[in-house]
Amino acid sequence: MAEGKIEKVSGPLVIATGLTGAQMYEVVRVGVEHLFGEIIEVRAGRYSIQVYEDTSGLGPGAPVLATGQPLSVELGPGLMKAIYDGIQRPLAVMRAEGGDFISRGANVPALDRSARWRFVCAVAEGAEVAAGDVLGTVQETPIFAHKIMAPPGVKGRATGFRDVEATVDEPIGAIQTDSGRVEIRMLQTWPVRQGRAFARRLPPNRPLVTGQRVIDMFFPLTKGGTACVPGPFGSGKTVVQHQLAKWSDVDVVVYVGCGERGNEMTDVLMEMPELKDPRTGRPLIERTTLVANTSNMPVAAREASVFTGITLAEYFRDMGYDVALMADSTSRWAEAMREISGRLEEMPGEEGYPAYLASRIAGFYERAGRVRCLGSEEREGALSIIGAVSPPGGDLSDPVVQATLRVVKVFWGLDDGLAAQRHFPAINWLNSYSLYLDVTERVAAERVNAAWPEQRREAMSLLQREAELEELVRLIGVDALPASDRLVMLAAKMIREDFLHQNAFDAVDTFTSHPKQFLMLRNILEFYHKARKVFDGGAEVEEIAKLAVLEDIARAKLTPETDLGRFDEILKEIGRQLDALVVAGEENRSETSS
Amino acid sequence: MITEYKAVRDIIGPLMLVESVDGVRYNELAHVKLPDGRIRMGQVLEVEGRRALVQIFEGSRGIAPDDVKVRFLGHGLTMALSEDIIARAFNGVGEPIDHGPAIVPRKRVDINGSPINPTARDYPNEFIQTGISTIDGLNTLVRGQKLPLFSGSGLPHARVAAQIARQARVLGTGEGFAVVFCAMGITFEESEFFLNDFRETGALARSVLFINLAHDPVIERIAAPRTALATAEYLAFDLGMHVLVILIDMTNYCDALREISAARKEVPGRRGYPGYMYTDLSTLYERAGRIRGKSGSITQIPVLTMPDDDKTHPIPDLTGYITEGQIYISRALHGQGIYPPVDVLPSLSRLKDKGIGPKKTREDHSNALNQLYAAYSRGKNARELAVVLGESALTDTDRLFMKFADGFERGFVAQGERENRSIQETLDTGWRLMGGLPRAELKRVRPEILDKYWKAP
Repeated sequence: MAEGKIEKVSGPLVIATGLTGAQMYEVVRVGVEHLFGEIIEVRAGRYSIQVYEDTSGLGPGAPVLATGQPLSVELGPGLMKAIYDGIQRPLAVMRAEGGDFISRGANVPALDRSARWRFVCAVAEGAEVAAGDVLGTVQETPIFAHKIMAPPGVKGRATGFRDVEATVDEPIGAIQTDSGRVEIRMLQTWPVRQGRAFARRLPPNRPLVTGQRVIDMFFPLTKGGTACVPGPFGSGKTVVQHQLAKWSDVDVVVYVGCGERGNEMTDVLMEMPELKDPRTGRPLIERTTLVANTSNMPVAAREASVFTGITLAEYFRDMGYDVALMADSTSRWAEAMREISGRLEEMPGEEGYPAYLASRIAGFYERAGRVRCLGSEEREGALSIIGAVSPPGGDLSDPVVQATLRVVKVFWGLDDGLAAQRHFPAINWLNSYSLYLDVTERVAAERVNAAWPEQRREAMSLLQREAELEELVRLIGVDALPASDRLVMLAAKMIREDFLHQNAFDAVDTFTSHPKQFLMLRNILEFYHKARKVFDGGAEVEEIAKLAVLEDIARAKLTPETDLGRFDEILKEIGRQLDALVVAGEENRSETSS
Repeated sequence: MITEYKAVRDIIGPLMLVESVDGVRYNELAHVKLPDGRIRMGQVLEVEGRRALVQIFEGSRGIAPDDVKVRFLGHGLTMALSEDIIARAFNGVGEPIDHGPAIVPRKRVDINGSPINPTARDYPNEFIQTGISTIDGLNTLVRGQKLPLFSGSGLPHARVAAQIARQARVLGTGEGFAVVFCAMGITFEESEFFLNDFRETGALARSVLFINLAHDPVIERIAAPRTALATAEYLAFDLGMHVLVILIDMTNYCDALREISAARKEVPGRRGYPGYMYTDLSTLYERAGRIRGKSGSITQIPVLTMPDDDKTHPIPDLTGYITEGQIYISRALHGQGIYPPVDVLPSLSRLKDKGIGPKKTREDHSNALNQLYAAYSRGKNARELAVVLGESALTDTDRLFMKFADGFERGFVAQGERENRSIQETLDTGWRLMGGLPRAELKRVRPEILDKYWKAP
């Protein structure tokens, strides 16, 4: 491999000469400490290298070693429950070896070379296999079966595979190809900046159930879909991301903490082993991989962290799993690009961001999707991406928000005002949207209730109507509104407070199944319909607003999933109390008339 | 032998370009020797071939390119540390300025420190009592948190910060406690205010001061918080103390950052601040925290003055994205003579839920907090409505809430500068005020808590 010399050092950017033969995006080791770096520009023999670690102490003349490899991740058993930095170095191992603070030049493999895994063979001796075929599985955690697939570009007869206990870099068998024998290990690598191959893309066709009412009912996401969550600080982006990581009905979660707070990653690390997956009852950490490059860790590694995360997610997708990737926050990733671009003295685009910002963002989200995986087995996998965006001052005209909105299909706009009223999740129902509604409503109508789409539509129009009325109220006061509009305001308030508002920290409220969501909204709307009838029959809105059953409707969110019969009881009670109002009204009238 | 270089080519602001150098490394320190023998310190910002770009800490005034000699030291900016630093004052680069003896170092550390490994962090969950009701009761501070004061010019943030420094303690522990005070670009008067306060109350004996006044070199302002935090890390993680770091004023720090960035001709970001300001600020704020298996902790209270009280200005905006909440100082409350004028509604402590409750503060804390918050919000709305439509347009209940809001500002928010309220007093004050509200309206409190704590007047 070529060895060059440092010519210039400017922050995380190093320029070296003499690396003849080195390629773009090849990994190099910089200086005597062998710091990780990547070639990002070549200009007349001068190689620009972004260094993933602090460059203090580097100077001209220090050696730079080419490795011949692009920046890659290691794939194989051991990924679950792990927490990596932006270039897939295992943080827990680094702590054990290097102490509480991150030191430079640590060279720790991502996958533990000493751990032994039980490989259960799934391929017959002499069988024809091609890239993507499952050779066997490793039960990595009680809820995650890690499929070992034939590596890309390999096609031939399987030989020597059997049930065996092995480390990731011991051979577990071989494939006899036309050009010779290829030994197969559980450990494979893949360059992070290149999407992994699949047979073909499929359109998303199933909703991703998140258990978050405002999302599932109003702005749903699909398996293989993309969503973004922009919002100013304090509006609850991270809580939304954490909630989705915890409760989404996916097989694997990859959580990328990109340039965010250290304590937040600690929170995830400490909570995930405690929380139980509602479907399997096992700790959520057993299906989770974390990538943490906090804001104070080197900025170049932050740029890489998003790619590291998505490549791991694609690998799980290729096994035929539903995968969700959370990236918190893509703005910090974009800022890392801006910083590197500035050091390269590139011509800046909007707000100092590089001109290729939009294409990088689009390229990242385009790696999501539902696919037919490689391999002869009929296998489908889906990768959904949920990216948080942190626009300066909450301003949605920010270039990162705008570039993101052009590619994602779901927009959950977090609202400062809602957060200030402590309405969480502070997703603004007036400006958020989902372009997957046709898909998700069809499925929900089949699986839950045919009335699902109609309910959603009606609830949404009540909320819209409330927004219009509120403008009026601000001018003339609520008492000046016609009584029928006050009834609309009451119904909208119930939708907001009793349905949309959801407490992430309450053991029951934190997750709501689709059937329960339907019943909650059904009761509110039924209340509204019946109330409108008794109102037309002469009852006062003030009387309706005082009914005791409103308390039951409000508390219904705390009804356990095992007790959904409760909703029919509440519905009966709604009918009873409203009917009583009519009777009382008639009695009053008959008294006055007599 | 260490070489001295004389080939200084350009001097631009605090930056100096030195030519024909050998073996110079990124970030290392330089001594710039003036003809009269005085030495100024500098640091290598960029090195290319045989040219090094050096930023001079004390500024470049009086430097003639032909007269100076530059010597490179082979290491970065370090701070000499030992137990003796307590009760001492230093400048931004860690040199004593109190006429005391030089520090005989037990340890020398790079002021930039290293990031804490996220797996090594311990979650902040121990309540710190500041004696200020609006913080303890509603926006609780916990050990290892970074909670800034968002203020404006002319507001009493310095007094609030000094009161926190004076009163902060962790309940039920006798563990070592220290204050690291870092002044960046503030005036002599402001600095004297703190020093006198620390002196009078005896807080000086457990404090380490880093002072960079408004007329001190801008470039030292960049180093000052790093030196202070390196010191805090030594006190917390080597000596096991609980350290409260006060950084005042972050706005001056950021302006210094912008000044240096402009001198380096970097592409400016929003309002001229450099694009890497988020990363730069995070390397300061993220040095707060706790580490598993270590007894000490670092809690940060950065103070910043929002230009034109605008919270979307890049300085408060980027700070808010990194810190764990913020305490707003309100001009309106200050105008009404309320001290401390903490604007409760937009203020937030993200970590409060982890630090309150039974065994930490009191069982009713969480409920009381939510109810006080909601009731004050409703009372303020009622007050605004009364301004537009007249008080007679309010319902009876809304009138009670309006009365509550007034009482809350005078009785709960307002307190004496020397008044150190225990958390019990804070919560009891809250309940006394809520006694004026109908029980049925207190929906955020569980019935059993209401039975125990709520009493009609």
